[in-house]
This record gives sequence, structure tokens and C-alpha cells, in this order.
Amino acid sequence: MSNESLTKSMTGGAAETGENVLEVKNLVVHYVLKKETVEAVNDVSFTLKSGRSLGLVGETGAGKTTTALAIMNLVPNPPGVIKSGTVNVCGHEMLKLKPIELAKIRGADISMIFQDPMTSLNPVMTVGNQIAESVKLHEDCSHSQAFDRAVEMLELVGIPGARASEYPHEFSGGMQQRVVIAIALACNPRVLIADEPTTALDVTIQAQVLGMMSELKTKMNTALLMITHDLGVVAKMCDEVAVMYAGRIVEKGTLEDVFNNTMHPYTEGLFNSLPKIDNRDTELKPIPGLMADPTKLPVGCSFAPRCSYATDACRARRPEDRYVSDTHMVVCTAYEDPAFHIEGWQ
Amino acid sequence: MRKSKSATLISKQYRRKGFLIEVWLRLRTNRGAVFGLAVLALFILIMVYTFIFMTPADVSKIDSKSRYLPPSSAHPFGTDDMGRDLFVRVLYGTRYSLAIAFGAVGIGAVIGTFFGSIAGYYGGWTDQIIMRITDVLHSLPGILLGMVIVTILGAGLQTLMIAIGFTVISGFVRMARASVLSVKTSEFVESARAIGMSEFRIVFSQVLPNSISPLIVTFTARMATSVLAAAGLSFLGFGVPVPLPEWGALISAGRNYLTTAPHLTLFPGIFIMLMAFSCALLGDGLRDALDPKLNK
Amino acid sequence: MDSHFLEVRNLKKYFKRTRGNVHAVDGVNFTIDKGKTLGVVGESGCGKSTLGRCVLRLIEPTDGEVLYEGRDICKLNKRELKDLRKEMQIIFQDPFSSLNPRKTVLDLIAEPIKFNKLIPNASKADIENRVLELMETVGIAERLINTYPHELDGGRRQRIGIARALSLNPKFIVCDEPVSALDVSIQAQILNLLKKLQKELGLTYIFITHDLSVVNYFSNDIMVMYLGHVVEMAPAAELFRNPMHPYTKALLSAILLPKVNGNSERIQLRGEVTSPIDPPDECRFAKRCNYLCKACSAGTPPLLEVEPNHLVACHCIKPGMNILQEQPHLISGR
Repeated sequence: MSNESLTKSMTGGAAETGENVLEVKNLVVHYVLKKETVEAVNDVSFTLKSGRSLGLVGETGAGKTTTALAIMNLVPNPPGVIKSGTVNVCGHEMLKLKPIELAKIRGADISMIFQDPMTSLNPVMTVGNQIAESVKLHEDCSHSQAFDRAVEMLELVGIPGARASEYPHEFSGGMQQRVVIAIALACNPRVLIADEPTTALDVTIQAQVLGMMSELKTKMNTALLMITHDLGVVAKMCDEVAVMYAGRIVEKGTLEDVFNNTMHPYTEGLFNSLPKIDNRDTELKPIPGLMADPTKLPVGCSFAPRCSYATDACRARRPEDRYVSDTHMVVCTAYEDPAFHIEGWQ
Repeated sequence: MRKSKSATLISKQYRRKGFLIEVWLRLRTNRGAVFGLAVLALFILIMVYTFIFMTPADVSKIDSKSRYLPPSSAHPFGTDDMGRDLFVRVLYGTRYSLAIAFGAVGIGAVIGTFFGSIAGYYGGWTDQIIMRITDVLHSLPGILLGMVIVTILGAGLQTLMIAIGFTVISGFVRMARASVLSVKTSEFVESARAIGMSEFRIVFSQVLPNSISPLIVTFTARMATSVLAAAGLSFLGFGVPVPLPEWGALISAGRNYLTTAPHLTLFPGIFIMLMAFSCALLGDGLRDALDPKLNK
Repeated sequence: MDSHFLEVRNLKKYFKRTRGNVHAVDGVNFTIDKGKTLGVVGESGCGKSTLGRCVLRLIEPTDGEVLYEGRDICKLNKRELKDLRKEMQIIFQDPFSSLNPRKTVLDLIAEPIKFNKLIPNASKADIENRVLELMETVGIAERLINTYPHELDGGRRQRIGIARALSLNPKFIVCDEPVSALDVSIQAQILNLLKKLQKELGLTYIFITHDLSVVNYFSNDIMVMYLGHVVEMAPAAELFRNPMHPYTKALLSAILLPKVNGNSERIQLRGEVTSPIDPPDECRFAKRCNYLCKACSAGTPPLLEVEPNHLVACHCIKPGMNILQEQPHLISGR
């Protein structure tokens, strides 16, 4: 595989900017345990277009990782059960394919990177070989060709190619995460799912790695699904945002929609919980109470028990999706009253 | 200051059922463990029965006319080469196996755990000295070690217990040391230090209770292997003195008649197997039941 | 001038490794006044956690003095130290591993009280009363008194940790990344609780964290550490308004604000953190710094007061110097 074909495959996606590379529709995933059922994901839908990035934001237990695993059809079964919904990656129905067919798509059309680089890498293989392994799985080439590509990928993520024959433990955390990214992008997938990729890294290293991911994303025209709890990361990396709570997307829109025109009380609460760098004396207004228990979700809106705006209608029935503009969606019963609005943050 | 409601009332309201009861409740959901426990309980009952109702005379009643008889209603397990009723002998033999399983392993476990914990917690020279001695002990082949000890001290149940106990120590030292090593760097140990606890107290009040699970599994696994080891030593003639009906000795006595009188080896063999199996099952169940985290 | 509540002089902690000594904390000096909070910021490996533990003598310092209300705690014997432990406590980072998994909430909070015999001739009821008081103070519902830690979420576990620390009526608490492992909304709850406790009980804190926005909210003064050294120390508002050390500047620019277009051009640091094993006598940040002058490899820069109350350890920045005018090459970088 020559340099020419590398470049070709790298820019191959550019022509199709704007098409949907990832479509998730009405996804429901439950974990069925002996004594109870964890309703992890409850009717999640979103689309991701080529070259764009979507931030999936939420706290622990919101269902973000389960959603990501479901997209790759990697939800452990048992106890995870995909109750309903469809996932379409570049035209493939992920939830209907057999494992053999899935193996061809994973890594080639869609890749995923996880939080802890130390456990994502095989400690007994050199980093070059780990990248090459991914290449050989999806493309018909010899080992030396694959290794050449591995060296190119390392250079692309900012690691000197000469280090391809070193082992993961010889790299620092930030560099390990770069290797993980190199593996994920080696076959130029159309979609990259990143599950809290920089949470385990130091702040300055996080800045480096995110910067590199941003550049690569533009260069290779990869669509990015960024899962994080950090609104700052979302502000830097993403075009669109979806806020998750108790397995549902409660607010979705462009970055401006959700950050500057926040509508859902939970999103407002999240912003209010953050200490402000530029104003040290504002008192933090945390959201009272705890995250909803996914084994005992209430009948109405899952957020209602903690919501200062909740009404009886909110508690009585499940809120519906409501589009307040072409791009901005909010899931909140209170908006049935046209005069309702939240106080806003800042 | 709180209103003077009797405080023990509060925690009584939310009282849990008590640690042991909770362990039992968790244990009984595990069918394997219940089976193991039932079998062991049965063996203990049998042993008690033999203490009350049997005498050594019953066990050695020779009847040269009824040699090598197959199982029948008069002799449920048949008779052996001297016409003795095998059923009675096998039942009597439970005491030896239980003594080995609990007694020998118990001694080895206590000694081994103590030294292993000290080695793991204090490290440095203490660790080195203890571990090197353990290495030597571990590298001696168990059967040989057992044979040597029995030869020196003379045959008998106590000697057999000491011999088996010795072979078990090294496993516990290592297990306890590894367990303590992994727990001692936990933050809750630091937390105990921060409130002023001494190191020695920390080992036994904080660290050990949290390292107990692998030790319990080791204990029950060793129970199983010790029964087999004792049987092996007896088979070779190094166990209890000849006429006593230890299961291994019974198998040894019957080994020349495998085709002609298989019942001689079959029944003691089944009992050995049951004993080992139930110890192992119980051990697995206990390990899970003792851990409050594994509530599902 | 009356003596400070806590004064640390030339504190050092070296760990012996086969390849040499790891200089985890290498000559740290600072003071804290009663009722105030010192924030200690830095990334992994800078020595802040080790520093926190050395100040409490949970780890034995290799050298230096820790003067608590005038007494050097490094010179106390075991019994005196045990007595003093009641006044100095620590809140740990990981609410999952800092609580003994086999003890209930009641046991965990009662343990320090029982062990130190804080209530003379205490009956069970006395101790339980005190535990319930503490639970109310930190906000744990009384029905949870007999639950195990793993049955509770991170926020509640951290509250147990705080209750444990408070049970001895301390005057001084080292908070080692107390909210880093918690969700954003729970973080805010715990931070508010810690602030409230400080006001009500007059506590003095050392607040260790890597999160700059949290430390800004919480501290009176902030100390920035890098590889065992203090590189900058100033009152919080001043540090954020006028960061001087190149590392502080890089740290601040790396913060990602939750604002659309709020993130300005980041200062890129070169390379990776250098090794803390037997480092040479030079500025430890030099290899990654974008500003350099001749003095930078000539020795460890001393911590100097460059502006009132604002200390910086950098060869290129001298007291009274106006950086912008006198050293223009420092602005443009290499």
C-alpha cells in the first residue's frame, strides 16, 4: 500500500460531506439482572453527519457508555438486552448483522476509543504491531505494508515513527492515548466514538490530545461522537450537543442552542454547578438530590423529583420531544405552557 | 445537641439482621454450597454416631467365613479381606478424614496466615526471612515430607495431622502475604493511620478482615487436597496404623482386588470424593457469601 | 507578627528507588493563617498529594520542618503525635477505596471516636448520638446508618469521609482532591458543604486539586507545584488575574471553558514531564518552557517575591521587573 493510496483513503470521505454516517433511532437498552432491571437507555435518537461532531453529555449513570456500546453492538449479553431501536452506520444495520459481518465494520467504518489508555493497549505487543494488526484485519496487505502505515499513523498523532517498536509501558499516559487514537484511525473510519478519552489525563496533556484529535478529524473528515461529562471539552470539540439524563436525551441542539439558549432545567443545573473561573464569588447552585435510580425510574419525567420547575403534569406523564427550532430539541413537559422559561445561568 | 431520643433506638430501627445471619442468607441461595454444607454436616453426624454407638471392637470384628463378600442387605458395602463389615469401617473412617480436613488444615492455616500477614505487612527483612523459609518448605515434595515426619514421629493420627499441616503452611503464607500486600496500600488503611491506629492493630483489624476471602477459598481447597493427601499417605502405609479404617488405607488394602472385589475400593473412594467435592463447593459459596459487596 | 497557624519550612520527601531517589517534594515553604484555605495545584507527579501527607506526617518527611501552632510535628514522639492527630485530619480523593468495605456507616464514623476515647465512659447510646449528629452535619440521612459503603453513591461516601474527619473535632484538614472522583452536580454539593463547615467551625484547609476552576472557587491563596517545586504562589484572585510563571500560564490556558468560542489559543507546552529521579540542579521546567534565558540551566530558580504577596520561581522574572517592557523576547516565545 503506497503513500498514494493512503492519501486517497484519507480524503476519500471528503466528497460525501453532509451525508448521515450514523443514525440512531429509538434505541432502548436494558440490563436484566436477577432481582431487577436497569433501564440504561430509554429511547435515544440522534444522527451524525460526515465530518461533524456531536457531544454526548451526562453524568455517571446517564447511559452514555451503554449507548456507545450499543452503536457498536458491543453491549455484553447477558445481561444487556437491546429491547428495540435501530443503529445505522454508513448504511449498515448494526443491530441486525452477524458477528462476522460486524467484525468487518468495526475498525474500518466505525472505531471506538475508551477512557483508560493503559488498559486499552496490549502490554505485550509493540505499538507498531498493534496499529498494524488493525490495518491487516481490514485491508489486504502484507505485514511490512501494514507496519509502514503504522509508522505513518504514529507520525500523524505526533509520535516519532522510530518509536513504533516500543511497548506501551514505555510511553506516558498522554502518548498512550495517542497510540490508541492511531489504532482507531488506522483504517480511516467514517465515525469515531470517543468515550471520555481525556478524563484520565492531566490538563495540559488533555489540551494536547484534544488539539490533535481536532486536527485529525478535520484532515480525515471523520465524524466524532464525543462522550464526556466535561462541558468545557464539548465547547472545544463539538458542533452539536446532546444532554442525557436517566437514559434519555433531554436536550439536543447545536453548541449555540444548548450553551447560549439553554432550555432544559437539568442542563441549566449542570451549568450552575460549575465553579466559574471568571467570577469566584458566585455561589454554586448544585442540583439537589441524586441521579435517578435506573432500576426504579418514576412514571413521569425522570428529572422531576429534582427539578425546581416541576409541575404535577411533569410527574404524571413522560415528557415528549419538542422542537423549538430546526436544530434545537428539548424534552420537558413544562414547555407546554408557552409562557414558561427557565431562569437561565451566567 | 440532639434531642435525647435514645439513640440505640434509631439504629435499631434500621438494624440489619446481624452479620452471620446475612452470611447464611446469602449462602443458602447457592445450591452448590448448600449441598457441600449438607454433606459435611452429614459426615459430622456420622462421626458423632460412631463415637456414641461404635467401639473399636465393632470395627475390627473378624469373620473369616465372610471374606470378600459383595454388598448385600447384611453387609451394605460388603466385607473385606478379613471378613470385616466394610460399611461400619467406612463410617468409622469419617473421623480421620474430618480430623485431617479441619484439624490439620486449621493448624497449617493459622500458622501460615500469621506469618504471611506479618511478612506482607512489614516487608523488608521480615518479609525476606519468612519467604525464604517458606520457599524451602514449599519445595519439599509433600508426600516425601509427610513420609519423613511420620517416620520420625511414628505412625498415628496426630502425626498424620502434623505432617499434613506442614505441607499446607506454605500455601497459606503466600496467600496471606499476597492478600495483605494488595490491601495494605488501600486508602482506608491510610485513613486508619490518620486517626492514630498503630500498624499492628491495623493489620489485624483493617487489613486481614478484607483479605479473608482468598484465605477461605484456600482453606477449603486445602481441605479437599488434604483428605486426598492423607488417603495417599495411608495408601503408601504412612498413615494411621494398619487396622484403623482410614479411607485411604482401605483403598490400599483393596487395590489388589479391583476386578474381583471392586466394592473394597469403590466405597471408600466414593466417600473420599464426596468429602473433597463438598469442601470445595462450600468454600466457593462461603467466599461469595462473606463478601458484603456481592449482594446480587 | 504572631506566628502562623501552619508553617512549612524546606519540606523534602525523597523516595528511594533502585535507579535513584525520586524527589517527590523538594524544598517547599509556605504558611497558612487560621481559618484560611491554601489551594495546591499541579498535575500528576508534581508532589501535591505527597506534600499533603507529609504535612500530616502520614508519610515521614525526609527533611524540613512542619510547624503547627508553633510546634514542629516532625520532632514529636509517637504518643504526642497520636494526640495531635485529633487536630489534623485528611479527606481522601477516592470515596470508593478510602472506606473499609466491611464496616457500616455507623462503624466508620464511630471508629475514630471510639479509638481515641473522645467521649469518656461512653455508652453505645452516647456514641450513636454523636454519630447521628455528625451525619446530620454532613447531610447523610439517618436511615442509612447501617448501610455499607458499596451500597451508597460517591457523593454519600465522600460525606462519610468528611464525617470521619470531623468526628475528632479537628482544627485543620487536608483535602486531597476531595471532589475529583465525583459527578459535577455532586461536586458542587460537597464544595458547598466544605465551605459551610469552614465558616461554622473555623477550619483551616489545604485544598489539593488539579482542577483550576475548583481551586479558584475555594482558596484564599494558591500554590502551583511542578515536579516537587513550588513555581508560583499568590492570592487566588491575583494568580488568575496575573499569572507569571510560564507553567502557570500554560495551565490556565489549558482550561476549557464551557462557553461557545470561549476558548482562546492554547499555550502549547513542548515535550513531556521530565523525570523526578535525581534531577539536575536547574529549572525543572526549562525543557518544556517556551521562554528561556541564559540563567535557566544554571541552577534551580529561587522562589522570590516579584510583586507584593506574589512569589514566582523563574530565572527570567525578577522582582520589580516589568516583563512586557524589559524582556520582549519573553512574550513572543522561542
